[in-house]
Amino acid sequence: MNLLEITLLILLISLVAGFLGSITGLGGGVVIIPVLALIFGVNIRYAIGASLVSVIATSSGAAAAYVKEGFTNIRIGMFLEIATTIGALVGAHLTTMISPSVIAIIFGAVLVYSAIISFRIKKRGDGDGTSGKLAKILKMDSSLPTPEGQRFYHVRRVPGGFGMMVIAGGLSGLLGIGSGAFKVLAMDKIMRIPFKVSTTTSNFMIGVTAAASAGIYLNKGLIDPGLAMPVMIGVLIGSFVGTKVLARTSSKILRRVFAVIILVMAFEMIFNGITGRI
Amino acid sequence: MSPQPPGWSDQQMEKVIGNLLRIGVIVAGVIVASGGIFFLFHHGVQLPQYKVFRGQPRELTSVYRIIVSAFEFYPRAVIQFGFIVLIATPVARVALSVYGFVRQKDYTYVVVTLIVLIILIISLTGITS
Repeated sequence: MNLLEITLLILLISLVAGFLGSITGLGGGVVIIPVLALIFGVNIRYAIGASLVSVIATSSGAAAAYVKEGFTNIRIGMFLEIATTIGALVGAHLTTMISPSVIAIIFGAVLVYSAIISFRIKKRGDGDGTSGKLAKILKMDSSLPTPEGQRFYHVRRVPGGFGMMVIAGGLSGLLGIGSGAFKVLAMDKIMRIPFKVSTTTSNFMIGVTAAASAGIYLNKGLIDPGLAMPVMIGVLIGSFVGTKVLARTSSKILRRVFAVIILVMAFEMIFNGITGRI
Repeated sequence: MSPQPPGWSDQQMEKVIGNLLRIGVIVAGVIVASGGIFFLFHHGVQLPQYKVFRGQPRELTSVYRIIVSAFEFYPRAVIQFGFIVLIATPVARVALSVYGFVRQKDYTYVVVTLIVLIILIISLTGITS
């Protein structure tokens, strides 16, 4: 295949990846990386670079829609972005130092883990407890709209959430993904923030976190313009269509089918990493 | 002193920023797509070289050189320039949030937001590389 043919094919695949990524809430990045690496034989570092670009595009493109709903807590997001951007800086540096095989194994493991937590997450965040000391100083407590009117919530264990966010940012920088599942985990499970606030605030943070890695990726040559171009455009359009469909239909069956595909790809990544094929 | 303008609550501020981000993404997308068409027109019949990681030539890795090469209509640099516009959108969001918190006189968050902005600038300027 020549460059024109492969670019059009990658554009098409990225459309599908963006669509599935937004319907399942996993994000387009975690889908497109194994597809590029396993099916197209693209070097995993180029795949990671292309994915990160698409992550920024989808996050920034959707920001207005998320804020409109009134669930995003900007203060929590902004404070935790200190953690995710520091993690991302470290992760982005590591990604060119670690061997591609090891990256593939870590990617597979993260993929399995994020698929599990996003498909059977226990929504622990109730925001009912008393506020933590740091949460009070940082004015993190807020309210969210419910059918019964505004409901107030309290935020707890900010240092624990901050630590988890460093890891989430590190994985984002290391693997070129949004790592939304880990960000939600930190807010829901540790800080006990209401689930809707956790998911929208996580989306708010993804673009800024990814931007912290993007500069380093660019400097180290991970972003190949010819490859990242169809990936960015495809994932962006695909996820835009995905959010429109998601608003109209319940996609439980689609999500289940997709979970199986994700698991197969994840194990394939781990297998190829162990046998040194990636 | 007049009271804080009502148009700058957290939500209001984010709405403005959210719309600006969307415009940024559209502009970036148009630049990337036009650079892409240009690129495929020139190199479409060549074979892709994505299997082995070789990094990128220097005119595609530094922000300054990308901008210079993009204005010389070097196709790959035009695409890369579109990516720089894209990366700049979340950075602009953080910069605008600094301004928003200054207007709200919330100095704790002015500091928080400035820290995030500094980390982003460190990354983009390649100081840590």
